Amino acid sequence: MTDMTTTPARIPTGDRRDEIQIYDLHKSFGDVEVLKGISLTVHSGEVVCVIGPSGSGKSTLLRCVNMLEEPTSGRIFIINEEITDPDADVDAIRTKMGMVFQSFNLFPHLTVLQNCTIGPIAVKRVPKAEAEKQALDYLDQVGLKHRADAFPAQLSGGQQQRVAIARALTMDVEMVLFDEPTSALDPELVGDVLDVMRRLAETGMTMMVVTHEMAFAREVADRVIFMDGGVVVEEGHPDQVIGNPQHERTRTFLDRVLNPTHVHTGELDPTSVVDPAAGEADAEAEIPQRTRGLF
Amino acid sequence: MTTTTQAGTVPRKKLSPRKRAQRIRWIQYAILAAVVVLLILTVDGRQVQSVFFRTDLIQVTLTSGLPRALLNTVFYTFGAFVVGVTLGTLLALMRLSQVAPYRWIASIYIEFFRGVPALIVLLAFGLLSVAFPGLRFPLDPYGTVWTALGMVSAAYMAETIRAGILAVPKGQVEAARALGMASGMAMRRIVLPQAFRIITPPLTNELILLTKDSSLVYVLGLTASAFELTKFGRDISNSNGNLTPLVIAGFCYLLITLPLTFLVRRMEAKAKKAR
Repeated sequence: MTDMTTTPARIPTGDRRDEIQIYDLHKSFGDVEVLKGISLTVHSGEVVCVIGPSGSGKSTLLRCVNMLEEPTSGRIFIINEEITDPDADVDAIRTKMGMVFQSFNLFPHLTVLQNCTIGPIAVKRVPKAEAEKQALDYLDQVGLKHRADAFPAQLSGGQQQRVAIARALTMDVEMVLFDEPTSALDPELVGDVLDVMRRLAETGMTMMVVTHEMAFAREVADRVIFMDGGVVVEEGHPDQVIGNPQHERTRTFLDRVLNPTHVHTGELDPTSVVDPAAGEADAEAEIPQRTRGLF
Repeated sequence: MTTTTQAGTVPRKKLSPRKRAQRIRWIQYAILAAVVVLLILTVDGRQVQSVFFRTDLIQVTLTSGLPRALLNTVFYTFGAFVVGVTLGTLLALMRLSQVAPYRWIASIYIEFFRGVPALIVLLAFGLLSVAFPGLRFPLDPYGTVWTALGMVSAAYMAETIRAGILAVPKGQVEAARALGMASGMAMRRIVLPQAFRIITPPLTNELILLTKDSSLVYVLGLTASAFELTKFGRDISNSNGNLTPLVIAGFCYLLITLPLTFLVRRMEAKAKKAR
């Protein structure tokens, strides 16, 4: 059990703008080193998309951020509290960040509403009536208030994932981690989930998103991180990383992702990366309207 | 099928598989009919009735304390089940503990009580108050029976419950922990409720077995008010030299177990909806 009395460690030079700080993170599973020294910072209100081939360690990185995987070495700070500190109250720090999983992981024995109230009620001791009111509000925002009394199994995958996003938000989180949120969905259901995420980003929520949705990354992300082989290969503005990648490995990956049916030559077809649906003008127009709480 | 479909290419002697299956089915029907006819011809119906279903003895059995015995059986069983589930859950958690000695203790307990006849455990518990004068279980004899049968069934249930816990996907714990739940809370509120849903059928099976095992209580030398169905039926059967009371006691067990089976089926159907 965790010790509730310990005061969390703080970095002396605490900068409130930095919500996630990762220093030289290593993670090995047995002899296999999956993360080989990752350092990065996610600022408040920033949307960071992590892309990369499968096995590149991007999901492991995300799971290390809230200690679902314990790092082999390195330090991670969440809003200036070190979650990797052995004395840290990991459970308390986790309440500041929501997590959305690839396989939804809704609690099948609870209704949609109960899924969204169990966190506040059980962890934060919020009175039931208040928790339900808030939960219905969040469910309304993901467009599923009318299914509050359904069980997860009665919903489609896309609806389940939207409930999972609402559930992640119910803890009044400062940031949300998304672990390939659309990878388990039928193609026609992806759009609804991405739409909810897009709106969430517009409210100024800090988001770290592991994804294969390049169009989404390009449109919504403030920064894209390309990982391969356990290291960050390239990072920067989406237009740069996706539109004009500097590294050979990034180019090869993007070529495969964006032209899955083409013969892969390793050369990037410049016309393929420009997604008309995610035109720069549209993306620019939507971002400035960020106001927290409107979501 | 008509013969025209297999005319020509197939040799006349060899039947098609479908034809052969049909012929075998007819043979099975014929055997069944023969046995039934044989039984009707040889069995003396009146004698069967007088041994197994004697009307006056049915009357006696029903009016001389059957409801009380039925209630006692339910009471013994239910108490033992509660003890079994509680202790079984504890043992299952010990088996899954990070602390190795807990795992060893639980394993030894489970192997011991699964290997020893329930009758011996019950006898031992019955003699405890003789061996240790002054030691009495609360609510005797119920306390004795609950503890003894509960401890035996806990050994079986522990393995079932452990399997149930392991059957809950790992992502459930991760989702709970990600919400800030401590591991104990995640176990209580997320894992165990799902585990018990998964193991409701085998657990109810255990309840049905316990109902029947409660008949072992007769070895404890009970007062008449604490009789359960078997002891009750056996006493009347003995004093009348007739099986009717025992048969009625047997049917009373079905009265308990059949609704249970029915209940499980309904719960399974509901669980399917929630999964």
